[in-house]
Formats: sequence, C-alpha cells, structure tokens
Amino acid sequence: MFTADLLLNAVVAGVLLGGFYAAAAIGLTIAFGQLDVVNIAHPAFIVSGSFCAYFLNDAYGIDPILVGVLLTPVYFAVGVALYSVYYTSFERHGEESLRGLAFFFGIMFIVEVLLIMSFGVDYRLVDTAYIGESIKLGFIGLPYRLLVPFAVSLAMAGAIYLFLSRTFTGRAILAVSQDRLALRLMGADPVRVKQVAFGLALATTAVAGALLIVIGPVEPSIGRLYIGRVFAIVVLGGMTSISGTIVAALILGVVESLVGTLYGPSWAPAVAFGFLLVTLAVRPAGLFGR
Amino acid sequence: MLQSIARRRLFGALGGTILAAMSLALPSAQAAEPVKIGFGMALTGALAGNGKAALIAMEIWREDVNKAGGLMGRPVEFVYYDDQTNPSVVPGIYTKLLTVDKVDLVVSGYGTNVIAPAIPIMMGRKKVFMGLFGLAANEKFNYPNYFQIMPAGPDPKLDWSRGFFEIATGLDPKPKTVALVGADAEFARNALDGAKTNAEKFNLNVVYNNTYPPSTTDYTPVVRAIQATNPDVVFIASYPPDSAGMVRAINEVGLKAQLLGGGMVGLQYAALLTKLGPMLNGITNYDFWVPAPTLDFPGVNEFLAKYQAKAQDAGVDPLGHYLPPYAYAYLQVLGQAVNAANSLDDAKLAEYIRSNEFDTIIGKVKFGKNGEWASTRVLQVQYQGVTSDGLDQFLKPGARAVLYPSEWKYGELKTPFPQ
Amino acid sequence: MRGLWFWAVAVLLVVGGTLGTRALDNDFFFYAGYVVLQFVVLATAWNILGGFTGYVNFGSAAFFAVGAYTAIALDKALSLPLPALILAAGAASGLIGLGTGYLTLRLRGIFFAISTLALAVVLETLVINWDYVGGATGSYIIPPDEVFFFDNFVEALFSLMLLLAVAAVAVARWITRSRIGRGLAAIRDDELAAECMGVPTLKLKLISTTISGAMMGIAGAPYPFYVTYVDPASAFNLFYAVNAIAMPMIGGTTSWLGPVIGALLLGSLQQWATVSISSELNLLLVGVMLVAFVILAPQGIVGLARRFLDGRRRL
Repeated sequence: MFTADLLLNAVVAGVLLGGFYAAAAIGLTIAFGQLDVVNIAHPAFIVSGSFCAYFLNDAYGIDPILVGVLLTPVYFAVGVALYSVYYTSFERHGEESLRGLAFFFGIMFIVEVLLIMSFGVDYRLVDTAYIGESIKLGFIGLPYRLLVPFAVSLAMAGAIYLFLSRTFTGRAILAVSQDRLALRLMGADPVRVKQVAFGLALATTAVAGALLIVIGPVEPSIGRLYIGRVFAIVVLGGMTSISGTIVAALILGVVESLVGTLYGPSWAPAVAFGFLLVTLAVRPAGLFGR
Repeated sequence: MLQSIARRRLFGALGGTILAAMSLALPSAQAAEPVKIGFGMALTGALAGNGKAALIAMEIWREDVNKAGGLMGRPVEFVYYDDQTNPSVVPGIYTKLLTVDKVDLVVSGYGTNVIAPAIPIMMGRKKVFMGLFGLAANEKFNYPNYFQIMPAGPDPKLDWSRGFFEIATGLDPKPKTVALVGADAEFARNALDGAKTNAEKFNLNVVYNNTYPPSTTDYTPVVRAIQATNPDVVFIASYPPDSAGMVRAINEVGLKAQLLGGGMVGLQYAALLTKLGPMLNGITNYDFWVPAPTLDFPGVNEFLAKYQAKAQDAGVDPLGHYLPPYAYAYLQVLGQAVNAANSLDDAKLAEYIRSNEFDTIIGKVKFGKNGEWASTRVLQVQYQGVTSDGLDQFLKPGARAVLYPSEWKYGELKTPFPQ
Repeated sequence: MRGLWFWAVAVLLVVGGTLGTRALDNDFFFYAGYVVLQFVVLATAWNILGGFTGYVNFGSAAFFAVGAYTAIALDKALSLPLPALILAAGAASGLIGLGTGYLTLRLRGIFFAISTLALAVVLETLVINWDYVGGATGSYIIPPDEVFFFDNFVEALFSLMLLLAVAAVAVARWITRSRIGRGLAAIRDDELAAECMGVPTLKLKLISTTISGAMMGIAGAPYPFYVTYVDPASAFNLFYAVNAIAMPMIGGTTSWLGPVIGALLLGSLQQWATVSISSELNLLLVGVMLVAFVILAPQGIVGLARRFLDGRRRL
C-alpha cells in the first residue's frame, strides 16, 4: 500500500508546502533571528495580509498574490513605525525581553480583533484561474495551488538573500545583528538600519499572507496555529541564516507530510515540534547556526 | 396628633386599594409585562458565523410572534450574551440569566460545546431547555426536559451517517470497501465513530480510518493516502476549512469512488458553494434543508426571504438554508408549547413538548428519547450540475438533489464520483 | 506586608468567603468569582517563573490543561475525591515543568519560551488522540447534586478555589522572602553574574519551573467539575496563556501582590464585559491594556503605587 509513488508524492507535497512555510518564516528570521525582536505577532500580520488580498481580490478581481506584492510598501511603512515604538519604549532602556514579548502579544491580539471587527469570523477563500488545476509529471502531481506559492516564496527568499548580501543596507543589517558598536564605527546608524530591517520583515508578511489564502481558507485567528511553526523553523534554521530557514521550512513540510501519510495526519504537528524540542536539547544552535 | 396620623394612614390605605383595584381592572398594564427568553449565543469565537445567523433568525421569530399578539398575549423580549464559543463562560451566563435577569424561559446557544455546560444548571433548576444543534449532548445527562431541534434522530451518532451508508449499499455494483477520514474535533469524531459502526453493520470493509488535525494547511497527502487504499466509498467528516481543502485536494489528485462525502460541514454555506462551484459536482453530503418541492413546508420561503434581506448587511451567510430555519423552529416549538399550555411552568411545558407533534417551518417535529427527534431527518443531497455562476442556482431546486430519506426524495443519484 | 497581618487577612478571606457562600444566594457571583480566583492562581504561578526568574512561559494553557485532564483521567479510573485529584494534577504538571526546564533551561530564555509553545502543541495533540479522556470528542463530568455544608456544588468550587488562591499567593510570598527568591531575583537581573557569584542557577530555575507548572496544574484540576464538558480546544485555549502573561504584567511582576491585583482587575473586567459589552471588544480590551501598561507603566500597578507612595513620603 505504501508504494513508491505515494511516498514520492508525499515528499513533493511536503516540499511545496515547506516552500510556503519558508515565506512565512523568513520575516521572522530577520526580525527575531537577526534583530532579536521577538515578534510573536508575525503570524497575525500574515493573516492580515491574507485578508487584504482577499478583500482586493473580491472587490476588484486582482490576483491575490499580486495584491500581496503591491502591498509590501505599506507593510514596510507599518513595520518601520512599529519598530520605532518598540525601540523608544523598550530597546533603548535595555529591557527588551519580557516586556517586548508582552508588547507583541498585545499587538497580536489587537490585530486579530481588528480583523474580526472588519471582516467577521467566517472563513474566506479566493478562487483564481490556477486553483484547482495541476501539472502531472509522470505519477507526480503538482497542484498549482501549491506550486505557485512555492515559486513566489523562493523568489522572495532569493531576493532577500541577494539584498542582504549584496547591498550596503543589507550588509549593514547582517552586521547590526552581529556587532552593534562596530556598525556605528563603520558609519551606519544602527537604529535606522534596524528600522529598515524590521520594515522588510513585515513586508514579507504581506506576500506570505497572500500565499496563505491561495493555499487554503483563512479566518482571523488562524495565525495562532502558525506561531509555533514559524518560530520552530527560525530556530531550527539557526536563527540568522536565510538559507537555514529555507531548509528548515522544507524539512518541516516534508516531515509533516510523511508522518501524515504514513502514520496518520493527527500526529504531524506533534512530530514536527517534537523534532524541534529534540534539536533544542541536542544542538541548540540549530542546523545552520554558528 | 394621633388622630391626624391615623387619618393619613386611612387615606393612604384607601388610596392604595383603589390604585390596586385599578391596575387589576386595566388589562393593558398586565399584558405589557413581557415574556423574557434568555440565552447565550456565539457572537465571537469559532462558531460566530453561525451564531450571528441564528440570532437573526431568532429575532425574525420574535418579530413574527409579537406581530401575532405575543405569547399568551404578552410581548416577547430577548436577554442574551455572547458566549464566545467558550464553554467556560456558559455556566456564568446562564446563572446570571436565571438569578439576576430573572428570565422566564431559556434556550441554548449553538453547538455541543456551549450546550453541555448549561445542562447541569438546567437540571438543578428544572428548566425546560431547547437545544440548537448539539450532537448527543444529552447522552450522559439523560435530562428529560431537554429537546434538540437538530433532526439527527434517536441515535444521533449513528443516524447521522446512516443515510449515506444506506445509499451506498443500494449501489450497483455493491461496494466492498470504505475509507473514513475526518477532523480531530468534536462533531467530526462523533460522526466518524458512528460511520465506523455503520460500515460494519452494512458489511463494508474499512480500509482507511484516520483523522487530521484542524491546523492542517494542505490536504493533498491525506487524499493521496486515501487513494492508495483504493476505496469504493469515501466518508468524510470535516469542518468548513477542511471541507474546502479536501474538495480541492480531491479535485487535484483525481480521487475516484462510487460514493464520496457524507459529513462535510460548510458545504451548506454560500461562501463555499460559490467558491468551490463545479468541484462539488457528484459529492453526496448531509444537509438539513434545501429548496425542493418535497421540502416546501409552510412558512419556510417567507422566512428565508426575510432572513436573506437582513443577512447581507449583517455579514453572515447570505443563503441561510442550514441553521437559520432551525433557529426559528426551536423557538416556534417553545412558543407553541407556551400558547397551548397557557403557562410558563417548565414542568407543564416539558410535558407538552414531549407528548406532542409540532408544525414548524422545517416540517413536523416530534421528540423522542433523550430529547432527540423521534425519527431521523438528516438529508443526503448530491450536488449536480453546479456551475461557477454564483449563488442564484442554489436558491432553486436542482443543484442539490435530495436522495434520502425516501419521503423527501427529489432527484436521482448519479454515480460514480466524479462524473 | 508583615507576616502576621498577611496570615490574618488570608485566614479571614478563606473563612469569610466560605461562610459567605451560605449568606449570598446569587450563584452568578460564584461562577464569575471562581474564574477570577482561578486566574489569581494562574497569574501567580506564571509570575514565579516570569516575573521572579525572568523566563517567559507561553504555554500556560498546556500546564492548565494537563491539570484538568489528569483530574478527568483519575476521576474516570479511580473516582478519587477532588483534593486527591488536585494533588495528582499538581504532581503531573510539576513533572512536565521539570522536564521542559531540564530540556531547555540551559539555553537562552527565548528558547525556553518557544519550547513552551511547542510543548503546548505536542501535549494538545497527545490529548486529542487519547480516547480514554474523550479525545477530540470531549469529556463529560457530572457534578454531584448534594455537597456537604454548601448549598450547591458551585459554592463548594468557589470556596475551594479561594483556598487555592490564598495558598498560591502564600507560596509566592514565601518564595520572595526566602533564599530561593533572592537567587531567582539574581538570575532575573543578570544570570551570568549570578553564576559567577556561585548561585546554583540551573537548580533554582528547575525549582521555579516545577513550582510554576505544578500551581498551574492545580488551577486546572477543578476546571472539569466547573464546566462539566471539556474538550482539548477549550482546555488548551490560548486565552489562558495570554491572561497568564497579561495579568502579572499589568499588576506588576516583581512582587507577589502584582499578579493578584492584575488578576482581580483584569479578570473582573472580563467577567463584567462578558455580560455587558459582550463582543469582540473583550479581546481588544486585553490587547490594549497589555500594550498600554507595558509601554507606559512597565512596573505595573504595583510600580505605580510605589512611585505614588514614594512621592508622597518625600513631601
């Protein structure tokens, strides 16, 4: 019964889903991994991105993923503003951890409630030309509903990787995560750099949200289901490494898919997080961490 | 001095007596005292979409009843709170309704989750309690004054899927294997347990029996695993997001079976019907009411017209075929009992409800063991000829053919799946 | 607060509350009061690890639910009386706290926080698949009709929770005045420096997680009896985790009084909101209050009171 084609399809489905998980986690790699800002509201912002995509798709017929990309400047600005509040209230005084966490917890709830008050609690779906179709490569089926988000996600990850490694601001972001003082000595304003970084992190949620609603229905509190997953991926990937995040996301997707296929889907989330707990106990730096 | 006090007292008593006599004589003062019905309803939380729709239906009932003169000539008022789809606030809410707000009658909120915590309170105060869609909530309590408007039947867990399996055994060639799949959540697990028993009763071999967590993002692996077992029949017990996910995955993977569906919640709502469109064709699913000549009960179309007018603005399901007619009906039963027994006494009302049949907008209602319906009326419908043309096709008969029970049959089964 | 005063007030509260149940007929007060007192225990428990030691626990709901389900399982298997169930629940949650701590406390604080999140998911999945306690279909607990001394069962639960709340606060107060408390404060302020000074950080952290976890489990044990129908989705609800964090932060994390004030204030506000505003505004309330306090009054209400009193003293 567990034939080669079933297993192979399970792996492929896991890889495709993992691609989406990467899009969801990559912003957190920047915010949390590199900037040390524990933005637990990250999935809530992803969900808000889903609703924006739904709204504009429903009202004007624009493709949801296109909406996500178009909204990135808006989310960037929100990210810069949010970070400024966070910085002035907490980081400057050096009391980040506990209060910063509580701050973002509160933000998460506020975002969720605002979504409920604007859209109601019902599940929303989008329907595009490519949802429902799939390509078949031999016995492997690739539904567009997962393939397109996978492709967009990798493109976004690639773009961010290039930005971080090739541009001045990008390298400043990587530098600020390593050594704040040295960055100042190099002539860059750490606070400015971190604002840009956090803005970038939040901009990714606009796209990730659009991808999410293409894959499946979304309702305002669905973000809670992803908190654990995205943090697990960031930690597993070694916190600061973009490539680490991508690999960790793919691994998580494949593990969930294989467990779901072979043992029963009930166990998939537990195994994924069990995996994380073991990794933390045995190699806390993650798979790609320094 | 004493004389003047005595005189004042005398006049006071006289005046009081006159006023009392007047108030007894004037009927309007007494008739104005409203009958208060109290309840919790899911206005936030997971089931709020349905909860808000139910509330609209209940308000329509209240307006209709008040226009017709009220209950026992008295107007009806609601006192309700948001139960947030959270069982832990339910005991507090109902206690407040009964002890502080002093409501005359209580009815339940939507779903087992919020019905079950209220039942012990009803038992303690011996209140008659109308239930709105809880699967076998009274099974452990066995409270005689509880009555459930969901037409599951005397054995809810089994009756839910019985129609599906009866259709299956009537197929030619006779199916031999069945795959059971569903969500890890209250209703779905109950439905799956019942399905498993039914499968064994109808001599079907269970080749796949698994549940998935509601947090699943993609259902393709689940559907492929089912496909690998090559089942003749597939029974799915799912909630709205997974119903949508499963339908899409089934379409993409190309799962085939003689009969597929059974217990998919959500396919009764406008949002999924319009978004999934033609992907639904061939799926056989449970339902409680669809437009069909055989289900044209008196009052239901008028009710739906009123509901649909209000639903658009309120942001709830614009179709309203699933829960709203039953939310109207469970109050209809209570109201008719009050008028017939001409009393608000819970014991009298419970006795009346237990021993009589009611005419409601969802047909004739008779209660049996444990407050469930005396006979099941869970419909099995099949989606046929659905196009991506929007909601109007679902407002008339045809898009959902009624296959079971036979008294309400309208249309013929098309097999296998997909067409 | 001087020791004698504290114990006098504590005893007065418990005895007065218990006797008071006979005087007050309004059951609604007991239902609402039970929930508020339950949050006093949860907030105090969270604060032992969060405020005293500086390690954030996101998975409070998991410990609470473990307590509830331990009670359900043992009630089904052995029909033990409620006090025994409470002790067993505390033991189970305490063990889980110890285990989680042992796995992750050697790392940075944030890893502990994430693993509490992961733990919540793992435990919830385990419970969903554990058919003996009902799994996803949920479990029914039928409360008894007659209770010794009390008019009805909810009054008994209320008195019980009052006792548990006072006990929890007493434990928290004892910790702050003991060597353990001073060690925890040292860890919170600067763990590296504490290590250098010879404070046994790992041992103290493990004590902290165990006590915190155990107390949360104890808060959860009577829950099935209160609500009569328990399913994993409601027992593991994120709302418990958020409240467990918000209440101490609003009340003030550095003293044992902070969580009490936060729980009484926010808990009562929520109970009132449930039967008045009655909408999503309830959730918005928690979020806005949390953010406002965290930004504007980082030391919580206790901190504000201290500043006010200090200011007056100077005058």
